[in-house]
Amino acid sequence: MRKVFDFHGGIHPTENKHQSVRTPIADAGIPPELIIPLSQHIGAPARPLVAIGERVLKGQMIAEALGFVSVPVHAPTSGTIHAIEDRLIAHPSGYLAPCIVITTDGQDEWEAHSGVLNYRTLETADLISIIRNAGIAGMGGAGFPSAVKLSVKADTPIETLIINGTECEPYITADDALMREQAFEIIEGTKILQQIIGPKSTLIGVEDNKPEGIAALCAAAQGTNIEIVTFPTKYPSGGEKQLVEILTGQQVPSGGLPSEVGVVCQNIGSTVAIFDAVVKGRPLISRVTTVTGESVREPQNFEVLIGTPVQYLIDKAGYQSEKNNRLIMGGPMMGFTIPDTGVPIVKTTNCVLAPSEAELSTPPPAQACIRCGMCAEVCPASLLPQQMFWFAQGKEFEKLEEHNLFDCIECGACSFACPSNIPLVQYYRASKSEILQLRHDHEIAEQSRIRFEARQQRLEQAEQEKEAKRAARKIAAQQRAEAAQESGAEDPIQAAIDRAKIKKAEQQQDGAGDESELHKLEKAIASTAKRLTTATTKLEQAQAEGSDLVGALQTGVDKTREKMAVAKQALNDYQQHLDTRSAEQRPADAAQSAIERAMQARTTEAALSPQEKARVDLKKLQNRLKKTQATLLQSHQNAEEAKVIEALESTVARLTEKINALQPLLNTAEDA
Amino acid sequence: MALMRLTSPHAHGPMSTQRVMQSVLLATIPGIIVLTHFFGFGTLVNILWGSIVALACEALALKLRRRPLGFYLKDYSALVTAVLLCIALPPYAPWWLIAVGIASSILLAKHLYGGLGYNPFNPAMVGYVILLISFPIQMTAWAPPRGLGELPGFMEALQACFTPSAYDAITMATPMDLLKQNNSLLIKDLWGQYPQFGRWSGRGWEWANIAFLAGGVWLLYQRIFTWHAPVAMLVTLGLLAAIFYDGGSSASGGSPLFHLLGGATMFGAFFIVTDPVSSAVSLRGRLIFGGLIGVLIYTIRIEGNYPDSVAFAVLIMNFAAPFIDYYTQPRTYGHRKKRAGE
Repeated sequence: MRKVFDFHGGIHPTENKHQSVRTPIADAGIPPELIIPLSQHIGAPARPLVAIGERVLKGQMIAEALGFVSVPVHAPTSGTIHAIEDRLIAHPSGYLAPCIVITTDGQDEWEAHSGVLNYRTLETADLISIIRNAGIAGMGGAGFPSAVKLSVKADTPIETLIINGTECEPYITADDALMREQAFEIIEGTKILQQIIGPKSTLIGVEDNKPEGIAALCAAAQGTNIEIVTFPTKYPSGGEKQLVEILTGQQVPSGGLPSEVGVVCQNIGSTVAIFDAVVKGRPLISRVTTVTGESVREPQNFEVLIGTPVQYLIDKAGYQSEKNNRLIMGGPMMGFTIPDTGVPIVKTTNCVLAPSEAELSTPPPAQACIRCGMCAEVCPASLLPQQMFWFAQGKEFEKLEEHNLFDCIECGACSFACPSNIPLVQYYRASKSEILQLRHDHEIAEQSRIRFEARQQRLEQAEQEKEAKRAARKIAAQQRAEAAQESGAEDPIQAAIDRAKIKKAEQQQDGAGDESELHKLEKAIASTAKRLTTATTKLEQAQAEGSDLVGALQTGVDKTREKMAVAKQALNDYQQHLDTRSAEQRPADAAQSAIERAMQARTTEAALSPQEKARVDLKKLQNRLKKTQATLLQSHQNAEEAKVIEALESTVARLTEKINALQPLLNTAEDA
Repeated sequence: MALMRLTSPHAHGPMSTQRVMQSVLLATIPGIIVLTHFFGFGTLVNILWGSIVALACEALALKLRRRPLGFYLKDYSALVTAVLLCIALPPYAPWWLIAVGIASSILLAKHLYGGLGYNPFNPAMVGYVILLISFPIQMTAWAPPRGLGELPGFMEALQACFTPSAYDAITMATPMDLLKQNNSLLIKDLWGQYPQFGRWSGRGWEWANIAFLAGGVWLLYQRIFTWHAPVAMLVTLGLLAAIFYDGGSSASGGSPLFHLLGGATMFGAFFIVTDPVSSAVSLRGRLIFGGLIGVLIYTIRIEGNYPDSVAFAVLIMNFAAPFIDYYTQPRTYGHRKKRAGE
């Protein structure tokens, strides 16, 4: 007889198991509609492979695994895909999740499938891939994908394979029923697991409150190296960590996996599913679920298709809603209440408990904690629940973590034992999620702080660089100035001013200055005249259009005229001054030259042919057009008033018209 | 009907705070009977009057604190405090002494700190020590045990309580007093000289202690508390008494049995030290807590100014309880070392 160990704490709640094992496992049948959640386990949800309206066969994969920690989903029976949508699922928070809804056709038509009777010929990798493709996830608790658990690294030797047949939760008998009726499958499934893992010893741990199941297993295990180990009934001996301690005397390190102490655990239900997958080629499409509690007339175990609505299932057991106060999925210690009877049975649903008020009464309001320490006595993790409750109330998260809050397995033993009815586990759950949320927030805050600081540094650096450049320029300029002073030269600006002065003085002294001065004045008059013409045209146009700009344009024209007058006066004065000077120097020549100039101008004009005249005109027009276009462009760029732009545009149009009118004239003249 | 939404666990054990308190009250009954047998109806009258005052004080405090009266009065905690304090008071104590003690316990030691579960000190012992310091004469006036004087009847006991000025109290030194005052006699001679001594300890006292021990063992059997603190206290007290017994010389501290069955030892070990609220919570912590109380009881009995010392020892250790808790955290599953005191 193998030595078994004890674990700290534990409780002995009323078992209430006998009610549901009086009859063999019954077939729950095919409900009209199956709701199959895409995520029934820990890890990534599966991705649908079917379309709405498509007919699917029993066993057909309808959603594939996405990633390593994920399992596929199969159609539990034949039918058509009714919808792929969010439905209420079995979850403590009662939220909606994507589901594939199948309208069953009652024919239960299988997809072609085949198993491998002689699985000894298969490679480990092939076996694991069969298990993965069959969609098998832990059927006892959290639903961890079995294939992932079995894919242990080569460097962690597995001494012990543990099959968990403890089923320590009160009321639940799904595993017990399997042991009684399918001991052969359990042993064969365990052999498959042995082949995959290659452990030194294989133990099936069962609490001593299941004598029939133990007897059946022992009979089936005869001649194998599988050991059936029984130990005293105590909740929560079925917790993975507790079972490892019971059977090996070792504790799984905090935050670690059983493989770290050379153990792999699998559930009884999973061994049967693995046997079905490998030997029969049957994916995980149904499971054994206990329906019990005083609100059902015939508590019993059912073979249920995954996705069967709870209402359909409990009706099969004779559900009396008037007696029922809450529906619990799972057991009375760790199960959760479901919000609606429409939620589906999933791969991890081992029990639907429909208690009466007398059976599981509504808890009375919590009284003060009297620190009696009964919680600490029963805690299987050796925590101090009363201290943690104190800290949880005060939101002292650091102290909570110091007291190893995260080693709490939420088994509920402390709440069960608490004489003051304090919902201790709820406090720990809330604190855990609050701490996780804070950690998450802190991480994000830390990231943004780093980002902000990096940006600040970048900006500062840029600013410093700019400053450095500025300083360098300043120093360079000073150096240049100093260098100039040292070499005797003057300030460059002063030098430039001086140069300009000298030039001016030269011009004034020089006789050539007269010519240029005259030229300047003439140019001024010409440009003023041109401006005047433009302005006048604009004014005319504006007047014609009745534009608001008339006033402004009028002022412009007047001013230009004034300027014109001034310019003409200046030219006159200068000419007079020149004449006086010339008269003083060469009085005779002055008149002569004037006459000559006039004559010359006349001849030139006379000499011009009509086409030459036209050409000159054309050139002038083209010049004007160019100028106007340039102004227009500038106005556009400066986003000036629409009216100004319009006026300019019309000028351009008119000029173009004129040019176009002149062009043929010129052409004909040239042709002639 | 809408389905109820509740978090797990859905099942609850049979234990309740009321049951804990009721069990404690029941467990005091043998002790009370023995006390009444040996010292008359004084203790019973104390308890009756004390309970009325305690419930009134509790109701007043709850009303002032705007708490639902029915819900909190039903937890029996005020009654437990009253019964424990009244057992510790001398029989035939005047009504006002009891009232002051109870009011101190319930109002000062309990509700000023936030009510049940929040008091750092044992309320009954706070009340006791306040009375002992304020009214030493009344507090040390113990009646002679049966056989050494006429025991007052029930009516006389009532009279002693409610018209103390008209009551002619008969008092006698307790065995604890006698041992303390002794400085020349061998233990054997002391025993021979004073009739207050019995077979192992004080006459009457030894039977009262045995009765309280019986009540305590029943509570242990009922799993109301763990054995750690009381056993640790009794073991250290017995050990110290054995070490300093000195063969029964005139300087002797008294035999281990004298200490274990004398004074308030068993009552303290099973009804005061085990008060969960003000004691240490971890099992190792309770061993230390109880053990040190045993040391203090012996030390104060022998070296202190007061003949008995359970109240002082318990109150001093109440101070230390959070500190002990801090350093005695149990090793959590899957952790290598104890996390204590990190």
